[in-house]
Amino acid sequence: MNNKVSNNRAWLLVLPMLVLVAFSAIIPLMTVVNYSVQDVLGPNASFFTGTEWFKSMLNDSALQAAFVRQIAFSLVILAIQIPLGIGIALIMPKRGWQASAVLILITLPLLIPWNVVGSIWQIFTRGDIGLMGWGLRELGIDYNITRHSGDAWVTIVLMDVWHWTPLVAMLCYSGLRSIPEAYYQAARIDRASKWAVFRYIQLPKLTNVLVIAVLLRFMHSFMIYAEPFVLTGGGPGSSTTFLSQALTTMAVGQQDLGPSAAFSLIYFLVILLVSWVFYTTIMHMQKDKPPQGGA
Amino acid sequence: MMSWMVWTLPTALFFSSIAAMLAGMTVWEIVSPTIERKGFLPIATTRGDRLFIGLLSAAFIHLGVIGFTSLSIWIALAVSAVWLLVLMRWG
Amino acid sequence: MSYRLENTQQGEKYTTIFSRITPAQRRHRSARSRWRANCLLGVYLILMILPIYWLINMSLQTNSEILGSMTLWPQNLTFDNYIRIFTNSSWYMGYVNSMLYVAMNMLITICVALPAAYAFSRFTFIGDKHLFFWLLTNLMAPPAVFLLPYFQLYYSVGLFDTHIAVALAHCLFNIPLAIWILEGFMSSVPREIDETAYIDGYSFPRFFVKIFIPMIRSGIGVTLFFLFMFSWVELLLARTLTATNAQPIGMIMTRTSTASGIDWGTLAAAGVLTIIPGILVVYFVRNHIAKGFALGRT
Repeated sequence: MNNKVSNNRAWLLVLPMLVLVAFSAIIPLMTVVNYSVQDVLGPNASFFTGTEWFKSMLNDSALQAAFVRQIAFSLVILAIQIPLGIGIALIMPKRGWQASAVLILITLPLLIPWNVVGSIWQIFTRGDIGLMGWGLRELGIDYNITRHSGDAWVTIVLMDVWHWTPLVAMLCYSGLRSIPEAYYQAARIDRASKWAVFRYIQLPKLTNVLVIAVLLRFMHSFMIYAEPFVLTGGGPGSSTTFLSQALTTMAVGQQDLGPSAAFSLIYFLVILLVSWVFYTTIMHMQKDKPPQGGA
Repeated sequence: MMSWMVWTLPTALFFSSIAAMLAGMTVWEIVSPTIERKGFLPIATTRGDRLFIGLLSAAFIHLGVIGFTSLSIWIALAVSAVWLLVLMRWG
Repeated sequence: MSYRLENTQQGEKYTTIFSRITPAQRRHRSARSRWRANCLLGVYLILMILPIYWLINMSLQTNSEILGSMTLWPQNLTFDNYIRIFTNSSWYMGYVNSMLYVAMNMLITICVALPAAYAFSRFTFIGDKHLFFWLLTNLMAPPAVFLLPYFQLYYSVGLFDTHIAVALAHCLFNIPLAIWILEGFMSSVPREIDETAYIDGYSFPRFFVKIFIPMIRSGIGVTLFFLFMFSWVELLLARTLTATNAQPIGMIMTRTSTASGIDWGTLAAAGVLTIIPGILVVYFVRNHIAKGFALGRT
């Protein structure tokens, strides 16, 4: 990391990538900014409205509620998935065919298209044809995700845990694999307790992967759309309507280009702020640490 | 072909000024490379970092003024410009 | 550190003098804890597999059996649902479309991400840190923000409803991700290797293809896995940018709900089939994953 050469011709290597990403990122972003200050009625009919949309979006109580809900959701799933993922990584077999088999099984949920994940859970939790819904009903629990907002919330959290914990587990697993066997041998000679091994050998090695895991999980949970859309459709009421869905309903469903563009920009600025804080923190963590050898 | 982007004068000015700032920063960087330093911000920053922090906070200042006060947007712009200069100089 | 060490050494004396745990007992104890770990893992795996099992179970039943009674496994096994998908081109073309744009996206992404990641891992240049951060923000930008402009952008350049449009749109988040992962792997390759190769008379392109890429093979494997994963599972952009010719399978699945109710059997079978490509991809990269899922950083 420390022996990088200063060379501005490196821009040439970056250029093809830059063109592609800029095409997909900058032009749409500019268009969103243009939309946000106008009332767009059609391709050639639009009126300048100034900051009106921003004002109404910032004071929209439904959107504020969706925002609070979104933050609550992201925090809840992080609080569950990170410890659970570490736990699973710790008990996964380290070698042999079992290791491969468990790896493949565990990755499964990650590779299912997001709307199919929603369908799987919609089927699974239905009272009439789903194993979980039917089972809970047989046990005498009044479980219904289309009527009770609490049930809907629990189910969405459960679905997200099912869907994404594997990612955390796999990241931690490969972090654990990079610990040399000698460390464990030394710990065994010292008769270190399991907790001591975890606290002083495994956890420090996991810090970097955990930062990546938290970042990825935060980002994806913050833009969750397809799964709750298929599972609950945002209901009952609007109890599980998260930000992306509120936005998509407005932009596509109601064709309100101006307001939804203004809302997009506010959403984007929040994400920008959060990711900047995250990024700066990571960079400072890496800078403060003494450079480690490969491994 | 560009008509679907519904350009207006204010947004065009906005993006041109951002582009001009980026170009200016690049030229400045070539003429005299920045040195990372620590000002009143809690972290050591380069010139580009301070510009980014300034622009991002300017965006939030504007949002706050538009959304939650009845002040003119020009006040927000003035406050942001002053804040940006303070940040570039002492941040 | 030294304090802890002393403590454990005292603990050692203590146990050697007073405890009567024989080595055999200790082995027994560790075998028991491993057994307990395996049990926990087993429980997790079963809970994890259950929803998928239920999908497979339903895909092998007729609709009347699904709706009729609660059966934990298919009473009269039927493959009709699968046959319906494989004999109807409007169904199986969905899979072909999805695979096509995923493959295109993987190819485009890896081609432009490799040199860019090399630049980030080996050189400093004006604006490099800000560029890297800007890339990451694209990873974080929710596609919902960009839906409408995307539609109009691709419509105006005449790419609407083509596979390449979806492939290009997925570059938005896949290129930053690929650069992020590859940069980690490349940074763990010592610079000396580059310099030795240049001294030996390798040109940059030849060195890159012949020496460098083989050295980060497992990194490329892991990257391709991630690219496949995020392109395959994404639906919002793919749905917005296609109408009929390049429609992804996820969209076609919504067709199962008709006026006469939802065709659960076909829906389940289509769902099962979307999982299979993923299983194949994991199977191919399983050893690389174990080696380098940590994005090359430890």
